[in-house]
Amino acid sequence: MRDQKPIIEIKNVKIQLGGDWVHKDINLTVNRGEIIAIVGGSGSGKTTLLREMLMLQRPHSGSIKIFGQELMDATPEIQSAIQRRWGVLFQQNALFSSLTLLENTAFPLVEHTKLDKKAIRELAALKIALTGLPMDAAVKFPSQLSGGMQKRAALARAIVLDPELIFLDEPTAGLDPDSAGGLDELILDLQSTMGLTVVIITHDLDTLWHITDRVAFLGEGKVLCVDNMANLVKNPHPLIQEFFGGARGRRAQDIYQ
Amino acid sequence: MDVKQFTAFDQKSRRLTCSEEWNLLNLTQIKKQLSKIQWPSSGDITIDGAAIMSMDSAGALLLTQFMHKASRSGVKIHLEHFTQETQHLLDIVQKRAISITSIPKRKIPNWLAQIGRFNWDQVIELKDYINFIGVLSFEFLRLLFKPRQWRWNALTNVIDTTGYKALPIIALLSFMIGVVIAYQMGNYLRSYGANIFIVNLLGLSILREFGPLITSIMVAGRTGSAFTAELGIMKINQELDALRTMGVTPAGLLLLPRIFGLFITLPLLTMWADIFGVLGGMLMAKSMLDISYYDFLHRFQHEIPLRSLIIGLGKAPVFALIIASVGCFQGMQVKGSAESVGKLTTRSVVLAIFFIIVADAIFSVIFSKVNL
Repeated sequence: MRDQKPIIEIKNVKIQLGGDWVHKDINLTVNRGEIIAIVGGSGSGKTTLLREMLMLQRPHSGSIKIFGQELMDATPEIQSAIQRRWGVLFQQNALFSSLTLLENTAFPLVEHTKLDKKAIRELAALKIALTGLPMDAAVKFPSQLSGGMQKRAALARAIVLDPELIFLDEPTAGLDPDSAGGLDELILDLQSTMGLTVVIITHDLDTLWHITDRVAFLGEGKVLCVDNMANLVKNPHPLIQEFFGGARGRRAQDIYQ
Repeated sequence: MDVKQFTAFDQKSRRLTCSEEWNLLNLTQIKKQLSKIQWPSSGDITIDGAAIMSMDSAGALLLTQFMHKASRSGVKIHLEHFTQETQHLLDIVQKRAISITSIPKRKIPNWLAQIGRFNWDQVIELKDYINFIGVLSFEFLRLLFKPRQWRWNALTNVIDTTGYKALPIIALLSFMIGVVIAYQMGNYLRSYGANIFIVNLLGLSILREFGPLITSIMVAGRTGSAFTAELGIMKINQELDALRTMGVTPAGLLLLPRIFGLFITLPLLTMWADIFGVLGGMLMAKSMLDISYYDFLHRFQHEIPLRSLIIGLGKAPVFALIIASVGCFQGMQVKGSAESVGKLTTRSVVLAIFFIIVADAIFSVIFSKVNL
């Protein structure tokens, strides 16, 4: 039924930005159905890696395969086929400000499917409901919503095509603890029901401990370690120790272990 | 593409067998096949999900809606052989499906209400504008006696971008206007043999009207729009809020320098436009009507009163205030979205040009009354 081949394969990716080698040699494999987080200090190239996976930025050399397709030499048709199978939640939500929430969520459906209007409305509304937004928010514009609601709306848009793979860039940043917790549960829920593969970029220690299967730690232009949280925090590398060894890191570790 | 069989209903055993992939891609086909089936109007139905290869939320929603419809018409439904995952998905969708039927409609008011709304918005905007001018005036008076708080850097920056960098385009434009006017008038003057009067016509029309008007319209498009867009984006980024919390008023740092900068540059640009307009006309007069440069300038000096130049230049500061205040005001009105920036930038230019022409007409009426 589901092939067990890795969903994302990144090999020897290098990129130079503004005179610095942001990625010197990135290797990372993401398996189907797992929740993987990418962490690292500021400027470690997390966002650059995400942009490379999303085909928004081309690495200088290396290979990135998503769904078994090489991105570096993908034709526009292949690109479009890949784009239809993933969803992205951007850090700033990137909701279209001139469209209502319902129209925002329905946008990928309108672009990629040939469903009738009613079906599109219903599906978009279902996704809005799934993310826990009240229905009267559906006809509002993004600027009329609070930050947390915008985040949920952006997530609704990301999952509207029932993607196999979703990328979440700082999903819980700027949310109150309750909403952040709710979002974590929602991601877990979606992952288990739809068999989603989730790639998260986050600093949220709760998210890291609670929902991730594996965590990839970026530093020095490489992936320093990929492991589950319990093993990752034991890694002796100074950058990793610095990242998780602070007071907050240890408190979170105490709670979850 | 071969037609897949997604559903099969056995009338005897009252069993609906679902198969293949119930996903977004196949949704329309599944719907079609479901609608073709003859349903019993009562009793029990069993839905067998053993052969479903995969189901996504679109498929789950379709099945859920189908079950809702069936149960409302009195049919009892049992689910069989669904995998745990699918069952879980169905549960989640079922829990939410009730709420999606109640998507509120966006209310569109009738035409009378729309007209009322539109007019009322205009009144509110006028009130806000007067309020804006009032706040600015107070801010101006407050800062007037505190020269140390004057923002010289901001002011020179505004003068540079709105004045110095506009010189080439203004020169080119007014030169061409001069050429065009001379050409149009020259035709008639030549047929009356009154070639030399081109100097009077050109001088008066350019110095009094075309110089200030063309410059102002150009600046409204070039600078007024920039003011609105800059301030609007700054407002969206909360930069203005940040300034306020640091004890710096946006009026002092951003608005007043823009207004005074344009107040200074627009008369200078008008003078610049006058020069090039007359030059353009002079060139055309020479090539078309054979008036030598010497004759042209000699007559210009005697025939065109200084009054004309002063009247033209005197309008420029008024136009500058209109452009800058409208541009800044619209920028401060921006709310929330990128769309709002675009809308208000357009509005800023349209309103500025509109009020420039209104003001020019008022000037003409006044001048005709006092015989200037």
